This record gives sequence, structure tokens and C-alpha cells, in this order.
Amino acid sequence: MLTRLGPVLAIGLLTAPVAFGLAGTILPAFGFLPALGGTGFSLAPLMALAGEPAIVYSALMSLVTGLVTTLVSLGVVMLFTAAWSGTRAFARVQHLISPLLSVPHAAAAFALAFLIAPSGLLARMISPELTGWHRPPDLLVVHDPMGLAMMAGLVVKEIPFLLLVTLAALPQVHPARTRALIAAMGYGRIGGFVFGLWPQIYPQIRLPVFAVIAFATSVVDVAAILGPTTPPPLAVRLVGWMNDPDLSMRFLASAGALLQLAVTAAAIGIWIVLEKLTARLRERCACAGLRLRGDAPVRWTAFGLMLLSALTIFAGLATLALWSFAGLWQFPDALPASFELRNWARVLPHLLDPLLTTLIVGLVSTAVATAIAILCLAREDEMGRPPGRGALRLIYLPLIVPQVAFLFGLQLLFILIGSVATMTALILAHLVFVLPYAYLCLKDPWRAFDRRYDQLAAGLGKAAWRRFLLIRLPMMTRPVLTVAAIGFSVSIGLYLPTLLIGAGRLTTVTTEAVALASGGNRRVIGIYAFLQMMLPAIGFAVATLVPALIFRRHRDMQV
Amino acid sequence: MNSRLTEAGLFLDRVTIALDGREIVTLTRRVAPGAVLTVMGPSGAGKSTLLAYVGGFLDPAFTASGRAYVDDVEITALKPEARHMGILFQDPLLFPHMSVGGNLMFALPQEVRGRRARRERMCRALEGVGLAGLEERDPATLSGGQKARVALARVLASAPRALLLDEPFSKLDAALRAQMRELVFAKARESGLPVLLVTHDVADAQAAGGDIVEIGG
Repeated sequence: MLTRLGPVLAIGLLTAPVAFGLAGTILPAFGFLPALGGTGFSLAPLMALAGEPAIVYSALMSLVTGLVTTLVSLGVVMLFTAAWSGTRAFARVQHLISPLLSVPHAAAAFALAFLIAPSGLLARMISPELTGWHRPPDLLVVHDPMGLAMMAGLVVKEIPFLLLVTLAALPQVHPARTRALIAAMGYGRIGGFVFGLWPQIYPQIRLPVFAVIAFATSVVDVAAILGPTTPPPLAVRLVGWMNDPDLSMRFLASAGALLQLAVTAAAIGIWIVLEKLTARLRERCACAGLRLRGDAPVRWTAFGLMLLSALTIFAGLATLALWSFAGLWQFPDALPASFELRNWARVLPHLLDPLLTTLIVGLVSTAVATAIAILCLAREDEMGRPPGRGALRLIYLPLIVPQVAFLFGLQLLFILIGSVATMTALILAHLVFVLPYAYLCLKDPWRAFDRRYDQLAAGLGKAAWRRFLLIRLPMMTRPVLTVAAIGFSVSIGLYLPTLLIGAGRLTTVTTEAVALASGGNRRVIGIYAFLQMMLPAIGFAVATLVPALIFRRHRDMQV
Repeated sequence: MNSRLTEAGLFLDRVTIALDGREIVTLTRRVAPGAVLTVMGPSGAGKSTLLAYVGGFLDPAFTASGRAYVDDVEITALKPEARHMGILFQDPLLFPHMSVGGNLMFALPQEVRGRRARRERMCRALEGVGLAGLEERDPATLSGGQKARVALARVLASAPRALLLDEPFSKLDAALRAQMRELVFAKARESGLPVLLVTHDVADAQAAGGDIVEIGG
């Protein structure tokens, strides 16, 4: 049966690139790369790495960035959910936040930069009246040496992600009942939630949290746009070495990727220790019966932070759009003196190729990933049980192993078989990242399907494939299209896989946008970043409108 | 044993269903065409499991032995879709992406050929449950009683060998429940279908008028 292919393809796509990629990174890290004359094993690349200036500082910055980002975003999400879940305010903020999930990291980073830079919108709003600035002050707000802007950029992007996975886990713990029960014992909202509900929720979102740690410790695009430059975080330096025309730098880059792997592993290790410590603290407080009823300030702080993170991105995105149409816009004017389409007209010819690549890679990888996810889920239906924990860990594999650590090796592999910078290779690389999201987002709605429809149709004499095509798929149209839109937005946002596997010859709007970061032409950056955020939005609009149109006469298919 | 092959109706031949080695149903019964066998028992006793077994969608967690026949055919040897066991659940489960008429046309056997012939059969099936003229409607716009009738018309349209009823009246209000019971059993008699009914409502069993088997508890 066709469905048997699903799990096989999925496991192959998730593990083979990571396994081969890791091998292709680790071997050169120990000097073995016959194509470049490295035929024996040596510690020379690692020694060279140790000799790089401030390498320890870069590594530590990556480690701290990952931990701080995760701690802050998870903290905000936990407190906000604790304080407000089940209220109308929660639902409103949730609706405000959800679309932000589809905004690519790079676009969100640009949004933040355009807002907080010394010449950014915030400074313009209060200048010169409050500040007395008539020209942008010479402050290192973006690219600050402590990496605060970079962490902020990551936090505002990880909050929507973590909120969404928390919301997905929430219904299984019957929050309304439990909250009432705990409140009746006299516990404050936040305390009651943290003691009673969070311990049940957290195990379910643990893998996504690890994915956030892995991403934040090894991020390249956000770090290039917002992060420190002297020295940059580890992953940014690695990619620099990797792209060095001097091919022998690959040994150094691979050694660096090995260090990156260690940094991410260390971050996750430290996190696990933190988990244990906080769990012990929580147990102690719960056993002491601390009611924690005076939590109003914390509740409002959580609300404020959540709102702030959402509004930051929205305001930043609006600023990006503004810049893309701006004519003359002198500091400290709050708005451009004029709007024009000239920027777009000038950029458009250069835009078409990357745009086309973006669309082809996005659409094909999404279609394939969605199809494989459906096959896997259909196979689960046949088997009568969901896959075990091991399979779920496998799905998170490409999200938890830092991208640089296996993409270097994967690029090498594609170079050796002569298919680097081909469309097929790029689509394959995107699939590795799109597939986990496609599967993870589809599994709950797929399993929520009332199996009696299928049994009933069987009773009506319909064969399995007809039930699948005529009943299951049509009734699943909405979740399937939503998943496709999510997959598409993941593909659009992928920076490093595109950069390395596209090898500079196949570029997407995301790689182009990040490449422009150092140039500082705000109008052009505005256009690329604007497109980056519009493409996923169009995907979600299609996913909403198409089922609404197809099923306009079927009320129960509307919601 | 030979008499089995000549007698019509549904025959459950030493059907045993077990979960984790614990027997939950053991049954040998014959249901004549047009007659009803009511299986009663508290919830969780395995009533619906028996229906799932006969219908062909027993959860793999269960183990089952024995056979079920309709007329001369051993249906337990067939795939679910080849068994032609018409099922009614407690929810009407009309396909929400099809019109009322679409639901019925989907159920009609493939042997009914030609658009016009199929439409005609569909309209007659709707008439048969007192809902003539509703074929273009979206199922979501029907009342609860109308939905139940469409579900009945749909299952009858599929020309089943037998009817499996899984507490089909339990979600209807009292007046409607009596009406639907009468309609379902009348239709089954009219079409000569053996009926396997599982319920925990004594009134269902009384209205069905056939044998009653108690399981569990």
C-alpha cells in the first residue's frame, strides 16, 4: 500500500540528511576531506579554531543568547497563559499573536531594527522634541556588543511559537476544571497554574523548547541583522569561514561547526539542570501551600510584555512597508516627505529571480511535505495507533540539531555529487525543515476526525481509497491547507539551508534580504522584508479563502 | 450446521470478543430478516464493540473469534466495505461537505447507473422518510429529526444486507425518539433486513419487539 511509503519517506528525509550532514561536518573537523587533500585525521583544524581570536567569547555569547532567549520567551508565555488563559483578553491577544508565527525570523529582525535603531521610527517619533536630536545619535542600539537587540529579536519571534505549542497542549489538561478546583483551594491564578497545570503542560512542549534553544544558540540571520559584530556569535563566524573563497577554510568552518554542536548541547544540558532546579523549587512552594494570591502586578506585567512583543513586530513591519514606499525621509521626520513606487520599480527586475526560486521551492517542498505527512497519518490510522515517543523525537531531530552543524556536511555532500545549487537539492534541504512542521501541525486535526464517518462510509460499501478521497480529504480540506500555509511560511523563512545549499547561485527573498543587511539601504531592505512577510500572509489568506469558497454552501464546513 | 446455510438473516456463530484476555462478549444468535436482536448492557460493557466486530472495524486492541453470516455469506471473511452492513450511530453523521442529495447519491450502489436513475432513486429515498424536496439542502440547515431521517434514508439507499444500530435514538428528544423508532423498525421490516440493535434504553428494546440479550454487568 501507498501509505506504507509515508513513514519510510519521512524517516529517510528526517534522518539521512542530518546523519550524512553531521558526518560531512565532523570528518573535515578532524582534517579528513580527501577532495581538499585531507586524507588523514589530525587535530589541526581544532587547533586552528582554538587559535581564532575571541572564539571562546563568540561561543559563550551563543550559549548565553540561547539560554536567555528561551528563558525570557518561555517565561512570558508561561506567565501570560497562567494569568490570562480562559479570559476574553487572552483570546484577543492570541488572535493578535498567531499571525506573527508566519513572519520569517529575518523579517522580524529587520522590523525590530527599523524600529529601535538610532535613526529608527521610535527615535523619530520623539525627536527632536524630547531628545533634542536633529541627527541620529551615535549609539550602538542595533549590533550592541552585549547582543541585547539580537536577543530581543529572537524573543519576539519565539514568543508566538511557544504560545502556540502551549495552546495546543492546554486542552488536554482540562484547564477550566482544574483552574476552578485550584482556585477553590484559595490559590492565586499564577501560583495555581504553575503548581497544578504547568507540570502537565511542560512535558508536552519540551521538545519545542529544545528546538528554540537549538535555534537561538545557532541562529545566523537574526544575528547578522541585529547581533554584535566584534566579534559576532559563533554561527555567524562559521558561515563567514564557510563562504570564504579559500577552500581550506572549510576545515576551520567544520571544526567550528563541531564547537557549535557542543555549545548547543551544553545549552540544552544547562537547561535540563535548570528544569530540575525549578521543578524542585516549585514542589517546595507547592508543599508549603504558598497561595501566592497577590499576583496582580505579575499578571499585568505578563500581559504588558506579551502585548509589547506583538506590537513591536507589527510596528516594525509597518515601518518596513513605509520605507519600501518612502521618497525623501529625513531624520527626525516621523513620516516620509513623499511616497513613491520608484523604489519598487527599480528593485523589481532584480527581485524576479529570487522570487521565482522562493515560490518554486516553497510550493514544491510544501506539497511534498504535506503529502508525506498525510501518508504517515493515514498509515497510523491503518495501524490503529500513533507512533511512539521515539518517532516523535525523530521528527524534532532537524529542529534540535543546530542547522550549521549538519548543513555544512550536507552542502559538501551535494558538492561531491555535483548537485549543489540545483533546484532539487534546495527543495530537498527545505523538506528537511518543512516536513516536521507539516506533520506536527496536521496530526491533531487529523486525529480529531470522527472515525465513525469512515466506518459509516465503509458500511455504505465504499472501498478504503474512495473513503479517503471522497470523505476524509474533503473534510480535512481546511486543516490540510492551513498546514500547507504553515509549511510554505517555514520554507520562505529558511535562511541558512538556502544560503548553503543554494550556494549563492540560487537565492530567495530571504537570503537576498539578509545579504542586504550590511548595506543599509533601507528602501531596498524594506521591499525584500515586506515581501518576506507578505508571501506567508498570502499563503494563509489562500488557506482561509479557498475552503470558505468551496464550502460556501456547507455551514458545518465553515468554522 | 447445515441449516445455517439455508436460513436467511444474520447469524452470529460463536462470536467471542476479548480484551487483554478477558472475554467481554460471547454470543450465538440468529436474527431473521425484518427481525431485531437487541443487545443490552451498561455502558462500557462491549455493546458497541460487538457492532464494530460485525461491521469490520474492531479496534486492534481486541481479539475476536467466531463468525458472522448474512444469508449464505460469511461477512466476517470480507473487508468492511464488502460487508454492506448499514450502520446508524447516535449522531446522524451526515457528510458536511455534501448536500442532502449528495449524501444519498454517495450511498447508492454503483449498480444503479445513469445520472437520472440515480437522482430518481435518491428522491424516492427522501420521500420514503417524508423529506421530499430537501435534496439541495445543506445538512447543517436541517433540524435534528430531519437529520436522523436523512441518515436513515442514506443507510437504506446503500442496499445493506443488515442494519447495525448503535444507540441510534439516544440523542433524540422523547417525542422524536418514539417516531424514529417506529420509522426505523418499519423500514427494516419493509426491506426484510435483520437488525442488530445495541442500547441501554429498555424502551428501545420493547419497541424493537425481538429477542433481547444482556451482556456485561
